[in-house]
Amino acid sequence: MSIFINKDTKIITQGITGKTGQFHTEKCIEYANGKNCFVAGVNPKKAGEKIFDVPIYSTVSEAAKATGATVSVIYVPPAGAAAAIWEAVEADLDLAICITEGIPVRDMLMVRNKMKEKEAKGGKKTLLLGPNCPGLITPDEVKIGIMPGHIHRKGRIGVVSRSGTLTYEAVAQLTELGLGQSSAVGIGGDPINGLKHIDVMKAFNDDPDTDAVIMIGEIGGPDEAEAAQWCKANMKKPIVGFIAGVTAPAGKRMGHAGALISGGADTADAKLAIMEECGFKVTRNPSEMGKLLKALL
Amino acid sequence: MKIHEYQGKQILKKFGVTVPRGIHCTTVEDAVKAAETLGGKVWVVKAQIHAGGRGKGGGVKVATSLEKVREYAGQILGMQLITHQTGPEGQKVRNLLIEEGADIKHEYYVAALTDRATQSVAMMASYEGGMDIEEVAHKTPEKIIKVFINPLVGLTDEQALTLAKGMGMNEASIPQCVETLKNLYTCYMETDASLAEINPLIHEGDGTVKALDAKFNFDSNALFRQPEIVAMRDLDEEDPDEIEASKFDLAYISLDGNIGCLVNGAGLAMATMDTIKLFGAEPANFLDVGGGATTEKVTEAFKIMLKNPKVKGILVNIFGGIMKCDTIATGVVAAAKEVNLSVPLVVRMKGTNEDLGKKILAESGLPIISADSMAEAATKIVAAVK
Repeated sequence: MSIFINKDTKIITQGITGKTGQFHTEKCIEYANGKNCFVAGVNPKKAGEKIFDVPIYSTVSEAAKATGATVSVIYVPPAGAAAAIWEAVEADLDLAICITEGIPVRDMLMVRNKMKEKEAKGGKKTLLLGPNCPGLITPDEVKIGIMPGHIHRKGRIGVVSRSGTLTYEAVAQLTELGLGQSSAVGIGGDPINGLKHIDVMKAFNDDPDTDAVIMIGEIGGPDEAEAAQWCKANMKKPIVGFIAGVTAPAGKRMGHAGALISGGADTADAKLAIMEECGFKVTRNPSEMGKLLKALL
Repeated sequence: MKIHEYQGKQILKKFGVTVPRGIHCTTVEDAVKAAETLGGKVWVVKAQIHAGGRGKGGGVKVATSLEKVREYAGQILGMQLITHQTGPEGQKVRNLLIEEGADIKHEYYVAALTDRATQSVAMMASYEGGMDIEEVAHKTPEKIIKVFINPLVGLTDEQALTLAKGMGMNEASIPQCVETLKNLYTCYMETDASLAEINPLIHEGDGTVKALDAKFNFDSNALFRQPEIVAMRDLDEEDPDEIEASKFDLAYISLDGNIGCLVNGAGLAMATMDTIKLFGAEPANFLDVGGGATTEKVTEAFKIMLKNPKVKGILVNIFGGIMKCDTIATGVVAAAKEVNLSVPLVVRMKGTNEDLGKKILAESGLPIISADSMAEAATKIVAAVK
């Protein structure tokens, strides 16, 4: 088992013909069962053609009907990315993973509220991962996104983080210690996004093949604190926590649009304190995430 | 991206919010002419910098004669204005706004911003305008009224009325206040703002509701479709090193410590800075080279970091994912040679072709210190600069 995706997942790639889409699709197809998982691409101008032997359709809906795919991954450039997310939602997919970085916040506000409105009216709920995220991977089964596949190893530890390279850091530490991963999820650094720490923690809690989790956060926003409160009441598995940005000055944007301290309760220190109070094993030394987790097993 | 108050007021005016008549100028002569053009007996001379707290710092003065306008404009233009938002060195004043005086009966506060928790636009209002709103929020949060606006619906009449009444707006001014709030919301959305703040919003003796200040911040992801906003950018107000870095697609922010850091990925960059602090030193900067750490980018990154005289050592931390460690090592060596690097350099590389990368560093003939973990890298660079 794993969370959200496995070797049988059928995936549509939106933006498959662009430079980024092509580059990463090829790597995803090469990884584990990727050849059987990546079943369709979308580009209205190139429908009927093939790329890496993957058939291209003109819409997500057509691609889903023709292939039975339930998940899409989006590499569409920023100006059209929110529309691409909405297309995946309208096609009633289970999950849309948006890798695109730099989507205007207003576009994300609109599409997120349209998604909520659709659900409220009884429409199918499509989960969104991202945007501005590395994607997610279930090692030795399927990789959807831009993470380097070879640092992963199949196992029973879950990893969730906003940041891409910090996710890889945690994964590499685990792999070096001989601890594999059930799934590793990058939820992305944007202020308006889909799945949050709490949603991924719930999924890991329900996954019988996950024994423990590393949860990594950043300065800014209430998400990590909310997840910690939920874990305190519900989580049955040990958690190691780290928050990046103890040294970040207030009011400065640190690369991620989300990583901006504005209030006071969203500093790294405040979040670390809440996580500790909620039973997480927290560290201020990111080199020790793997070691700490091993000690908890 | 931030803009000046006078530009913010032009935008507000365009969206139907009443603002005082005012003229932007950059010389003392023009300031006096502006006051003459505006007429009346009272003028406000306002320093234009991208930071709040200008009044307390001596950057806003009320003049009751043209001589006083001349005197104040002369004092303020060219001064290093120090506020709680500028840092101790202050910001040089290059622009002035000369405005007609206002008949202030009461000062209120109103702002719009994006709320990540509810994924909506939050609009806040308070009776306690004109002062530091963060202090009000901290000491008396009940004095701030909030509504959350569904962007699919917009600010409703009911919500606007809740805000107008909740902020204690003068009874006779409520209809214009409601109109002002709705215009502010439209302005916020259509300009892709991430913050639109009017502090103070006032009502005058005749009941007129006016914006006496305007503070905007815009979503940098949306600038591609906001040419009018981009045209308002004032590079004099930004850190020259940060501008230089952005030309090379590097995210750079200067800090106060003495260890320069070059990292790929914002989260890992912050974690690296935190590790440096944990081991007893302070980072000199935040620098994210992004996905492609090419020789050119690394060279530029070194140049920008080394411009800071406080930098006594550099820590490079790269997680080679798609980007291979040997490519990065080649880039680091070439960059170090090109800038004649004379401060200690610790490199920590992880990921694809890690061993090959380390070999390139070791055989480069440069005194590069290699490290396996972030903690080891931090320990080594802290020791090297002591």
